[in-house]
Amino acid sequence: MLVESLTLSAALFTIGVIGVLTRRNAIIVFMCVELMLNAVNLSFVALSKLYGATGQVFVIFVMTVAAAEAAVGLAIIIAIFRHKKSVNLQDINLLRG
Amino acid sequence: MLLQETVHPLAETAARFVWWLPTLPLIGFVINGLLSLQAATKLGPADPSADADHAHAGHGAHAHDAHDAHAHDAHAHDAHDAHPPRHRYAAITSIIGPGVLIASFVLALAMFFAMRGVEADAPFVSRLFSWMPVGDFKLDAALQLDALSMVMVLVITGIGSLIHVFSVGYMQDDPGYPRYFAYLNLFVFFMLLLVLGANYVVTFVGWEGVGLCSYLLIGFWFSEQANADAGKKAFVVNRIGDFGFMVAMFLLFAHLGTLDYTAIAANAGTLEPGGAVVTAICLFLFIGCTGKSAQIPLFTWLPDAMAGPTPVSALIHAATMVTAGVFLIARSSVLFSLAPVASLTVALVGGLTAIFAASIGLKQWDIKKVLAYSTVSQLGYMFIGVGVGAYTAGVFHLVTHAFFKALLFLGSGSVIFAMHRAYHATHNHGDDAQDMRNMGGLKAMMPVTWTLLWIATLAIAGVPPFSGFFSKDEILSAAYSRAHESTLADASLLGMSGSTVLYLVWILGLASALITAIYMTRMMLYTFHGPNRTDEKSRPHLAEAPWVMTGPLVVLGVLSLFGGWLNLPEVITHMVPLGPAETLEHWLEPVVGEATARVSGGAAHVAVSTEQMLIAGAIVIAIAGIAIAKARLKPEALLTKDASEPSRGFERILERKWYVDEIYDALVVRPIHALSRSVLWKGVDVGLIDTLGANGSAAVTRFAGWIGSQLQTGRVGTYAWLLVIGAVVVLRAFTAGN
Amino acid sequence: MIGQEVLPLFFTFHFYLFGLVALVGAIIFVTRKSPVAAAMWLVVVMFALAALYVMIGAEFIGMMQVLVYAGAIMVVFLFVVMLLNLGHPSELGDMRGRFGRIAAGFVGLGLVAQLLALSRNALTPELVLPVGAALPAVDQPGGIIGPVAAPLFNEYLLAFELTSVLLLVAIVGAVVLAKKRSA
Repeated sequence: MLVESLTLSAALFTIGVIGVLTRRNAIIVFMCVELMLNAVNLSFVALSKLYGATGQVFVIFVMTVAAAEAAVGLAIIIAIFRHKKSVNLQDINLLRG
Repeated sequence: MLLQETVHPLAETAARFVWWLPTLPLIGFVINGLLSLQAATKLGPADPSADADHAHAGHGAHAHDAHDAHAHDAHAHDAHDAHPPRHRYAAITSIIGPGVLIASFVLALAMFFAMRGVEADAPFVSRLFSWMPVGDFKLDAALQLDALSMVMVLVITGIGSLIHVFSVGYMQDDPGYPRYFAYLNLFVFFMLLLVLGANYVVTFVGWEGVGLCSYLLIGFWFSEQANADAGKKAFVVNRIGDFGFMVAMFLLFAHLGTLDYTAIAANAGTLEPGGAVVTAICLFLFIGCTGKSAQIPLFTWLPDAMAGPTPVSALIHAATMVTAGVFLIARSSVLFSLAPVASLTVALVGGLTAIFAASIGLKQWDIKKVLAYSTVSQLGYMFIGVGVGAYTAGVFHLVTHAFFKALLFLGSGSVIFAMHRAYHATHNHGDDAQDMRNMGGLKAMMPVTWTLLWIATLAIAGVPPFSGFFSKDEILSAAYSRAHESTLADASLLGMSGSTVLYLVWILGLASALITAIYMTRMMLYTFHGPNRTDEKSRPHLAEAPWVMTGPLVVLGVLSLFGGWLNLPEVITHMVPLGPAETLEHWLEPVVGEATARVSGGAAHVAVSTEQMLIAGAIVIAIAGIAIAKARLKPEALLTKDASEPSRGFERILERKWYVDEIYDALVVRPIHALSRSVLWKGVDVGLIDTLGANGSAAVTRFAGWIGSQLQTGRVGTYAWLLVIGAVVVLRAFTAGN
Repeated sequence: MIGQEVLPLFFTFHFYLFGLVALVGAIIFVTRKSPVAAAMWLVVVMFALAALYVMIGAEFIGMMQVLVYAGAIMVVFLFVVMLLNLGHPSELGDMRGRFGRIAAGFVGLGLVAQLLALSRNALTPELVLPVGAALPAVDQPGGIIGPVAAPLFNEYLLAFELTSVLLLVAIVGAVVLAKKRSA
């Protein structure tokens, strides 16, 4: 089942990447990132069968960081929306010189 | 090191605290430095120019014309506040500043007595840590205590303590009081490092450090341009000398592979005597000495250095730092004794400097300038001593000179202090408090200073039994006897035989002894005798300085009087039983004895009858000088500075110091300026570096930046794309390997 | 490890079933225009993954997955979507143009190829582990929680404590960022 798990992980990760690349709604992009994190978690869990429980410990850390990231990221999106009245990434171009 | 394998006899004595000697002044520096920082942020106007008018107590060689502009302001201010408040931390500084020095001196005395008790062949070396272990080359941060450094430490801490105490009175009203003591403590720290260093590099650190402190203290009243310039001049001129010092170190390392004094002394025999290598090393060392000790051609900074406070002139520019060059040659005596040509050069330059500076001293009006040229001249004497291989005589004159020249400077400081106080009290900001033409007849107002300065004058003039007589006589008789017979006499310099050169040096020494007696008597006559030329209003305010200032003067007076007992010549003790003969000679025997013997070739002294004649001649010359000055100079006829006419002819040449500054300006400074301006600035800098280097690299960077900026769209999407593509490429590179 | 030995076919079947659900769910998720629909499909993926974890013997992580991801994080996402009233399909072109999608497809193909190549390496322990290192045993009679908890509270205790600080910082940061500026 290991090979299948890793293949699925790669597929999910790539789907997440394609989503990040093609979508412009910041919230959906954000959800795609979460999907990518989940894909990585799957790899960790699958490989923990082979290399020991440490992989699962790392999954716990990833989840914690993901939770923190979601909280802060969504707060940023709210702040941006309040400012721009939009969550479209095309409109968020303050970095442009 | 081999020497460390057996326990040194000094290791269990006070000498093991040798690191405390420089550390104590360093602690003083830190505390006083912190106090001065504190004041700068919290107390009143931090701008020293605003405070300059308070500092009447000790304006050194100020350009007093500048004061005219402020005269009115100062007036108004003085009317409200006749006595500006002392620095808020002055009390702490007054204890710590001189306190650390006195503690150091007491420690040095303890070490001295410990050293007297033991027979030590090798110097006591105390290693703190390994500083630069580079391959075979090993350099320690180490201090070395031996007879020579002991003498120097005693002079530095002893005279230093007296001058610190004097400064408490002299600088009491200065707003920069803690800063002054911080610099002074730092100076002593570096000076002790210089004389105690166990290798050339530690000495060099001290050498540079005292140069820094000299710069800081010359420019102590930096709010006036002239003072800041004088500091800069001293610094720049010293750099030229330091270059020589460094080249000498490189040569030593290249040929001996070590810079430790003990190792060099052990290995010096491998150098060919009189060979090119050792001669070059010694000559480069001497270049360093000409800078630090103000010899021809690098002496011009020392007279300008009188811009600093007078106690600084006494400590740094008379008693200690400027003698570092003499110390260095005595320390390197092993090398110099192997290089007759270099030694002859040292002696000749010393002789020329002695007479040259003495001649300038004849026509100076600023009391401190007289003493400055006198210092240059006396340093020339010391170089004659170490040049002719009489290292003990050179160090002996160094010590006695430290006594009487410190006394002269502090005495003149006391005079200037009195003049300033008088001018301050009457709001006279036009007259120069250092010009002898404004003094005269001070004997009645300042009897203590008068007495003590006469002692110093007789000492420097070489009248027995004052200290200067013995040391100067020893140098001159050494020069004469070496001309008679020594390894130096067999060498040759500039086509002249060594013997001729040494006779010439001897004559130069005699002549400058005469001139010294003349100009010192002149200074005394114009300052203390005849009628008083101070303006009528200020005259009643002239008075003796407080005891905190005259006390150190008295001590120095006693030392100037009896300093000669350190090294009485045998020929005199045979005639008059004054005490043990040649004490210093025996004391320094372990350090310089071998080198001295190598130069003299065994013939230690000339015949007793010749020596008696030499002594008699020296006495006659000293007394003749004083008599000539007394007969020719009429203090009664002297006019004040404002009333005097400019001098003419030869007098004018002397008054303008042989135009050396102007010649250097024309020959060195201006060509360098022109070269820097037209070639280096307009050509190399603007043409080459700016176009190709600065602007060229800027253009390349800008172009590269433009390319990069095209990638920076500011859209998050683009970055995501680039990130993913980059990740794929990296992964590809990663998997391709397997 | 209950029953994996007893009912291997049951586990294998469900493994493939939930794997398929996760894959299909992800594709549907990424093609939805409405954020609400996308979020709901992502929740499906999360649940499928949780089941998958159980099937490969990581029950604890499966529980965490349900609680943290499906239960907490996704709720926050939905909450924000509704707070900002973004429920209907975006008025602007949310999706990139055809060119963008094709390019993304190519990049995705390249990425998945590399990832699969990489995972082959990971399956040969000699390439990953130091020479001579024994593979630690995961299957223990006491269940999976013990082997997971042991390193978490021994080796990684400091990191574990730091994550709590991280969460605190995140809470404060989120409040500060999302708060209405009073001035």
